[in-house]
Amino acid sequence: MGFLDRSNTIAGPGFNRWMVPPAALCVHLCIGQAYAFSVFNLPMTKLIGITQSAPNDWNLPELGWIFSIAIFFLGVSSAVFGRWVEEGGPRRAMFTAALCWAGGFFLSAIGVYIHNLWIIYIGYGVIGGIALGVGYISPVSTLIKWFPDRPGMATGMAIMGFGGGAFIASPLSVWLMSKFSSPTHVGVAETFIVLGAIYFVFMMVGAIIVRIPPPGWQPQGYTPPVQASKLITTNDVFVYDALKTPQFWLIWWVLCLNVTAGIGVLGQASAMSQEMFPGRITPVAAAGFVGLMSLFNMGGRFFWASTSDYIGRKNTYFVFMVLGFLLYCTVPYTGAVGSVVGFVCAFLVIISMYGGGFSTVPAYLKDMFGTRYVGAIRGLLLTAWSMAGIFGPVLVNYIREYNVTHGVPKAQAYNVTMYIMAALLVIGFICNLLVKAVHQRFHMRPDREAELAQVAVGAAGEPAGA
Amino acid sequence: MEVSQHKTGTTTLQLVLAWGFVGIPLALGVLQTLINAMKLFQ
Repeated sequence: MGFLDRSNTIAGPGFNRWMVPPAALCVHLCIGQAYAFSVFNLPMTKLIGITQSAPNDWNLPELGWIFSIAIFFLGVSSAVFGRWVEEGGPRRAMFTAALCWAGGFFLSAIGVYIHNLWIIYIGYGVIGGIALGVGYISPVSTLIKWFPDRPGMATGMAIMGFGGGAFIASPLSVWLMSKFSSPTHVGVAETFIVLGAIYFVFMMVGAIIVRIPPPGWQPQGYTPPVQASKLITTNDVFVYDALKTPQFWLIWWVLCLNVTAGIGVLGQASAMSQEMFPGRITPVAAAGFVGLMSLFNMGGRFFWASTSDYIGRKNTYFVFMVLGFLLYCTVPYTGAVGSVVGFVCAFLVIISMYGGGFSTVPAYLKDMFGTRYVGAIRGLLLTAWSMAGIFGPVLVNYIREYNVTHGVPKAQAYNVTMYIMAALLVIGFICNLLVKAVHQRFHMRPDREAELAQVAVGAAGEPAGA
Repeated sequence: MEVSQHKTGTTTLQLVLAWGFVGIPLALGVLQTLINAMKLFQ
């Protein structure tokens, strides 16, 4: 299918680069639905019993595996298919992501209809997880190429979409289930089919309008700095050579530790707030707190990544580590003095930096390894997310459980965890401090560049810089 | 090599449509979440 070829996505004269962020958002807003999958959990425990769970109905731990498998395959597929995404071009990747994402929903609808959980594991978990991985990395590397002057802002916009996808998916899913449900039917299968169809159309719009810049293109009025910054390379590093550099692994740990610190409290925010302030934060207020955290998670992705264009990536991560350390150390104090406002503000800033950690890292990688394979390298880096996804919740949940069983009041059961999170950020600070420019022996040679450029050549004009 | 191009360039209408296509659903979702989040202060 020539339409999907990388050579057929090269922008022509007059193309406005501000068309690319909406194309990226078309994909990220759809795959961001993953964060809202939990709205299906309770209805799916009543597929047979309808009003309450029947003995043959699925239980919550079984259903929890759907999301876990999807996130696992996000990490695996972004690492495995990263190079293919870079070399095949964004349209082929976005089309593949659309097919897999919609296909995952359709297969899951069949799984719900015939009540076979394994089909949902394969549908949403495996196939949908591959869509998550491929869809997550492809638009971002395209944006970095279009916005060499503001890479942080550009990637922040797309990754903000991934955080914002749940805001659309959650009310839409609830509304659809209410429309399809009846006294004898829950309506999950039909909702999956409609969501799959909507997401396919939405993602295809993104795949159609996406373009890559011609080789050598620069925005109008933009002049690359003559004296390049030590930490911003003008060379490219081949995807698998990046793995041999200490910089890759240092940034891997920086991301892993920043995400570990955020993801643990993100999942437990509701329970934590109620237990630390019993009687003052009600379940309804806690739900509002979680919603507010989601907004700061999304807003932080744009704010911090944009800020990194001005203060630099390394300094942005220093801010995350230092400010995060101070805030985590402050949280037990807010609990001790009963300051709900202090507690809420501390976590809102922490969670904005959690989102900012995700959105700033593509530009950090671009600074270190160049633009050519930044998507593929980022795909490999996302294994840090998978690791943090295990460590973060385990740290919060198990330490709390240990404290409670050893007689620590629930209101103070999270204090040790907060100090451990602060300590993790100190390690992250040291890792970030050790990041230096990539040694020139890892830079791609001109003959290797030319060989790989054979895939992409063919541009016939300069698009508008906009 | 065949290359597809925008012969006439991107129009303002195309930009508005593209941004509206993603911006309107996102804004509605954020508004809904904000309304729910206000329960924290009630």
